[in-house]
Amino acid sequence: MRTYYKFKPLNLGRWIIWGLFALVMLVAPLIFTSQLSATMLAQMGIAIIACLSYNILLGQGGMLSFGHAVYTGLGSYMAIHALNMVTAGTLHLPVSLVPMVGGLAGMGFAVLLGYVTTRKSGTPFAMITMGVAELVFAMSLMFSEFFGGEAGVSGNRVAGEAFFGITYGPQIQVYYLIAIYTFVCVALMYAFTQTPLGRILNAVRDNPERVEFIGYNTQRVRYLSFIIAGLFAGIAGGLGALNFEIVTAEVVGAGRSGAYLLFTFLGGATFFFGPILGAILMVIAFVLLSEFTKAWLLYLGLVFLFMVIYAPGGFASLLMMNLRVAAFGKLRQLAVSYLGLLTTGLVMLIGAGAMIEMVYHLQLNAAMGDTLQFMGVTLNSKGVDSWVGSALVMLTGLGLFEFTRRHYMHEWGLIQTDIEKEIKRREAA
Amino acid sequence: MEFFIISMLNGLSYGLLLFMLSSGLTLIFSMMGVLNFAHASFYMVGAYFGYTIAGWVGFWPALIVAPLLVGACGAMVERLTLRKVHKFGHVPELLVTFGLSYIVLELVQLVWGRTAVEFSPPDVLRGSAFTLINHSVQGLSLLWGAAPAELCSSADAAVRVVCSPFPATRGFMMLVALLMLVSLWLLLTRTRIGLVIQAALTHPEMAESLGHNVPRVFMLVFGAGTGLAGLAGVIGGSTFVTEPAMAATVGSVIFVVVVVGGMGSLSGAFLASVLIGVIQTFAVAFDYSFITLAAQMGWSLSDAVKENSVVKLTLSQVAPILPYLFLVLILIFRPKGLLGTREG
Repeated sequence: MRTYYKFKPLNLGRWIIWGLFALVMLVAPLIFTSQLSATMLAQMGIAIIACLSYNILLGQGGMLSFGHAVYTGLGSYMAIHALNMVTAGTLHLPVSLVPMVGGLAGMGFAVLLGYVTTRKSGTPFAMITMGVAELVFAMSLMFSEFFGGEAGVSGNRVAGEAFFGITYGPQIQVYYLIAIYTFVCVALMYAFTQTPLGRILNAVRDNPERVEFIGYNTQRVRYLSFIIAGLFAGIAGGLGALNFEIVTAEVVGAGRSGAYLLFTFLGGATFFFGPILGAILMVIAFVLLSEFTKAWLLYLGLVFLFMVIYAPGGFASLLMMNLRVAAFGKLRQLAVSYLGLLTTGLVMLIGAGAMIEMVYHLQLNAAMGDTLQFMGVTLNSKGVDSWVGSALVMLTGLGLFEFTRRHYMHEWGLIQTDIEKEIKRREAA
Repeated sequence: MEFFIISMLNGLSYGLLLFMLSSGLTLIFSMMGVLNFAHASFYMVGAYFGYTIAGWVGFWPALIVAPLLVGACGAMVERLTLRKVHKFGHVPELLVTFGLSYIVLELVQLVWGRTAVEFSPPDVLRGSAFTLINHSVQGLSLLWGAAPAELCSSADAAVRVVCSPFPATRGFMMLVALLMLVSLWLLLTRTRIGLVIQAALTHPEMAESLGHNVPRVFMLVFGAGTGLAGLAGVIGGSTFVTEPAMAATVGSVIFVVVVVGGMGSLSGAFLASVLIGVIQTFAVAFDYSFITLAAQMGWSLSDAVKENSVVKLTLSQVAPILPYLFLVLILIFRPKGLLGTREG
């Protein structure tokens, strides 16, 4: 018999995890106090809701959508118009509830557009969502009254009456509003996975034919889930409008939709917490990595491609696989291999990175001279020694990495068989 | 009249260009079940390869070499990435091509820069193929090549003469597309390779047990499909503009074409490409809105209605969204597409 550590009526493990989650969100702005980290934390909260809502489609429903930004974006627009109405005094609504306007808008548009898109599944679904996204983006350039044209729509979140002194002027107040929304939405979306609808959605993903045989309408299951995803996407969009106080047409663009897909997948669509990792990565990549290097989209594409080919479960699955190894007390055996992989991988990446940066330098900053700084080293983008040096570093790294990787794969295989045996033994005992 | 003919021909040539792209996409899709998200990226790569090779050896060799190179790249991509995720199912395959479209875009910007390059067609194609001369007295006449200036103007002010040239590049585009269409059809139906491809399309296991290397057939089909996209790229790039955004502008339209035509139906893709090409070209040419319509019907509108942004929209402004509207309508009224056979 397997033992479950369940403390009824309270599931202690779950309470600890959720408590830690709330605590992290509570104290994070007190630890990272700079202006940059405050905006980044706020964006992370928004991205977490958006990516999780996207994962209702991708991870739980197997629906690959290329147009999720339509629902976040239209939510943003509705929210900013509601905010402007509050400022003008024509709408009596506390600013704290403005994101809910976005949520309802996202839901409404999901009801409307989702009816068409969810008629299909699989590849046709993906193409239709893309068509709808292009439709909405093209419309955003046509109706400038609503979408604000090139300049977008701006607003002011210090509107209406202050509630207990909360005016949403300081960034920290907005952060806590976002944090509360994030916590509630994450909890609700987790709860959704436990509902009968959430469960049957998983079944629709895995075997739609069988679901039809037991009497469910798969199209309606997809439609209902799509509406729920639209609601949360809209809330994320509304929070975004409140955070940035400006909404431009790019929030409904294909680039934004692609980013949700990319990072949800990178984080890991097969686990509930995967998209949370993905969302944090997304903000880090967009804010920090894009400052750090101009080639960040190339790196992003390469990482994505490697993840799809070698780790289709994303970072979350890598983490969970290692947690399993750790649970059986065998992580220590792998520690040396991990150290080796890390160092050789780093060496390889430094060499490749130096070459990519030199190419970018030649293409974009040729006017600024031939030299560039890369990780504290001055490289000459037209000098033979810099190129040969970087190539040598990369090749050395590659060779050693491949060597350690083979060793590691061998060890990993052995440990997995050990674990399988151990599980069988426990079951038999 | 001459406006109608020229617009029709422009629409047809654009539609045929779309078909060059969507035929490869459809072939790959119906064969491997993979929707190649990076298909338009290969179109862009074809244009840039064509530009570089044309700079070295001239346009005509580039027209042949660039598609071959693109096809080779496509086959390599299939071998190195897609084949590895084939066992995981269709969504990872789609994701691989999605990631690839990011990488290709960045690499193109890295090699050729972020602005448009000047890729112009050779001198033979630079002028007009023919000119339609509408003479208010002599009627409509056709003249091959460009019309001399004295034919297009008249000394008499009462006689109206309108010259409408049809660009030679457009004519060339139609010619290549039709040649490609015919040879593709002959290849698929009349040759041994075509029969193997058709067999591998519907019964992969059976073709495999008869001794055909189905994964290699897949690789060839992927290479051929991307090669066709490369050919379209050389022609499209020299006719329109060769820039990093060209993949995005045409990419979503060819997906619409494939869905509207019916997933995996080559004849459906042809019909849908031509339809969408013609609709879009005609819509761009008309500057009519509801206000014009109301004026012609003799209705009078209040000033408030005239300022309404929906009423104010002209048909040419709506043109970019027409393919997507068409997609939505098709999905509501005929979900399997125009000539599709299966419900997806």
